[in-house]
Amino acid sequence: MSLALDIAWPRADFQLNVDCEFPDSGITALFGRSGSGKTTLLRCVAGLERALRASVRFNGDVWQNDRRFVPPHQRPLGYVFQESSLFPHLDARGNLEYGLRRVPAARRRIGFDQAVQFMGLESLLAHRANELSGGQRQRVAIARALLTSPQLLLMDEPLSNLDLASRSEILPHLERLHDELSIPIVYVSHEISDVMRIADHIALLEAGSVRAFGSIHDLLTRPDLPLAHLEEAGSIFEGVIAQHDAQYHLSYVGITAGRLAISLRAAPVGQRVRVRIDARDVSLALKPPEQSSITNILPGRVMDVSDDRDPAQRLVRIDVGGRPLLARITLRSVAQLRIAAGMALYAQVKSVALMD
Amino acid sequence: MTASLYSPDDLVALWISLKLATVTVVLLLLLCTPLAWWLAMTRSRLRVVGEAMAALPLVLPPTVLGFYLLLFLGPHGWGGRLMHQLGMQPLAFSFGGLVLGSMLYSMPFVIQPLQSAFQSVGARALEVAATLRASPLDRFFTVALPLARRGFITGSVLAFAHTLGEFGVVLMLGGNIPGRTQTASIVIFNHVEAFDFTAAQRLSATLLGACFALLLIVYAANRRVPETAAVA
Repeated sequence: MSLALDIAWPRADFQLNVDCEFPDSGITALFGRSGSGKTTLLRCVAGLERALRASVRFNGDVWQNDRRFVPPHQRPLGYVFQESSLFPHLDARGNLEYGLRRVPAARRRIGFDQAVQFMGLESLLAHRANELSGGQRQRVAIARALLTSPQLLLMDEPLSNLDLASRSEILPHLERLHDELSIPIVYVSHEISDVMRIADHIALLEAGSVRAFGSIHDLLTRPDLPLAHLEEAGSIFEGVIAQHDAQYHLSYVGITAGRLAISLRAAPVGQRVRVRIDARDVSLALKPPEQSSITNILPGRVMDVSDDRDPAQRLVRIDVGGRPLLARITLRSVAQLRIAAGMALYAQVKSVALMD
Repeated sequence: MTASLYSPDDLVALWISLKLATVTVVLLLLLCTPLAWWLAMTRSRLRVVGEAMAALPLVLPPTVLGFYLLLFLGPHGWGGRLMHQLGMQPLAFSFGGLVLGSMLYSMPFVIQPLQSAFQSVGARALEVAATLRASPLDRFFTVALPLARRGFITGSVLAFAHTLGEFGVVLMLGGNIPGRTQTASIVIFNHVEAFDFTAAQRLSATLLGACFALLLIVYAANRRVPETAAVA
């Protein structure tokens, strides 16, 4: 049960060549630089493009093969476009109801009020598109797509045309979408920080082909892929708010490998959170450091040591409680500490970012 | 008051002009909407041919248009013979003939605004509607038509005013028959030929005022709808 794609389509500037099966839950990020075919692939899934030779199946239903092409309006999916795409002749309410009215009542799983509340649109319903900010328009567009009760939600860089403030206005809504609605989402992005924040899986697209597909933990840290070599490379850990320490203004996040201290948060104890640890903020020690200013220390075992873009540096992948942690350290340190695969050591984490 | 201003012939001619313009516009809207939609959406090479044909009446002398129509609809023309075989009244020198001529003559004034309005609706708005479960016909009526509203207003008013003022085609094809095919613009010509400048003045001023009022409506309507074109 999933989205199964087998598409071969020569275009003017690249050849789309994808044979891949996406999971039917969580957020799958289609990640790649511009021109790698992300949007074209998404449009093929939606039926907005008709690839020359393609097989598109969703949960056993054939959406396209050699004999059959289901037009987009008959596919049970929602689509959020890159730029704001509200109908200018309708107000926000009219836009929301446009899709809702076209779904038979028996098939509706998300109600009008629910979607409005979900995306925080209560005060915007009477406004037309030109009276809304970019972020507000995109929130309406997402709610509009949700109101068709889609079985699959496709999002084409929904944040890329927004300023920083609008992005941070929408991201929490996307996280709630992920946590509270069980709709699989395919999310096109070229912004690794957005992907790190919300994705569960990554499909890495290069020149029209899926170079790698897998869990976000795996793909972010695999040294044979470009993601681990980005300036902002890092790893992701899921955890639970364990405890607050008012005296030192700290909150503790429990992860499998131990406990991470972050700046005090208002989040309730027990809340599930995701943290990001940048590779450049991790240093390694052979013994548990005793007199160190660094509080976050995780024991682990080296998986591999690889070259990085800068010849002075190495990428060390460490298994920390079953999850890979990426550390970027100098070649000199690797030599001095004789770091090699299989070695047990301690990762000191200078800073942890809570993704909320 | 009006009775003293216009002669009975003038009033009849004004009425015929008004009727002709209204019927022409209604029929043109029905005919040109699908044509303009096709011109706006197609990637076919036939599009340039269609565009050139739709623009032809703009540059063709009205007398040429009227002449060919007369040949076509006359008792020896294809159209005339076909209609005769079907047991219909001949169109030449009749109101129906005037309507046909006016439609051809004013067609570019409807097609061109409609085509550019449909083009400015853009593919994106229709794609959005498709992902919101709207079928192609549904998309046309609930997205393309409302967003192309300006094109409809502009096209209707221009064609109406243009038909009111048409002379050559009407004269060639209608034959200047009072009470049947004699329109206001022809009556003005008759008045001038008879040196009745006062009567010509009255009718001319009436047409001038009407046309100006119509154009005012177009521009006011276009100003009031600031951004229906692109998807915002």
